[in-house]
Amino acid sequence: MIPLAWYLIFAAMLFCVGLFGVLARRNAVAILMGIELMLNAVNVNLLAFWRYLWAPKVDGQVFVSIVLIAAAAEAVVGLALIISAYRRRNTIAAEDMDMLKG
Amino acid sequence: MSALQIIFLVIGALTLASAVMVVTARKIMHAALWLVLALGGVAAVFATLEASFFAVMQVVVYIGAIAILIIFAVMLTRKVMEDTGPQVNRSWPWALLACLGVLAGLVYLLSNWGGFLTAARAIPEGGENLVQFGQALTSPSGFVVPFEVASILLVAALVGAIYVAGEPREK
Repeated sequence: MIPLAWYLIFAAMLFCVGLFGVLARRNAVAILMGIELMLNAVNVNLLAFWRYLWAPKVDGQVFVSIVLIAAAAEAVVGLALIISAYRRRNTIAAEDMDMLKG
Repeated sequence: MSALQIIFLVIGALTLASAVMVVTARKIMHAALWLVLALGGVAAVFATLEASFFAVMQVVVYIGAIAILIIFAVMLTRKVMEDTGPQVNRSWPWALLACLGVLAGLVYLLSNWGGFLTAARAIPEGGENLVQFGQALTSPSGFVVPFEVASILLVAALVGAIYVAGEPREK
């Protein structure tokens, strides 16, 4: 059987890879991909804790499904914003999206 | 080392490698395809946790919907951001440093947690109870309020996405 620690280390590494994508990429779509990786890492963590510490109860699964729904909503709205910004400014580089700058 | 552990290590290494390719690939389309592989690896990790429902949900929602949506967004915004030129911003070494710092901090916190190594006990019996899960999502004494709020969130996201991404109106 797999130790719980392996799942936690795996999730931490996946989260940090996603965080690097969010902080370093210039393309706004690539930033959204990094966010998806981070949300996946959170789900791995939640499911691992649920399976090892809470298994017969369902609370952990409810958490994971809410995170899944929030991730779907976030991806839809984020991509719509990116496409809207692309239409208005003809760019999707994150540093060029400075319409709110005074 | 049991067969399941070896399978987990292979899946984990594959998932992390494709995640690294997602954030470092020069061509954004390649990054999107690597993202599909990484999400599939996470689905396999869910399967090793005996969470079959969420393994299927991962494939349906992430690979089936979100990855396709991202690929569409990549194709719609292709022209402006050519795959030449730098794909990371100037301060990427600081980002790398911050990520390694976060990773070190997480591992330090986890190694200080008492259950980190002792939790390697036998997995409790009777992992997934889908009937109970479904009832908990719809019973008033369970999680019906968060569930309904999540549905409202999805509808709001749908309407908002249509409004935001629609044709800009002429003033």
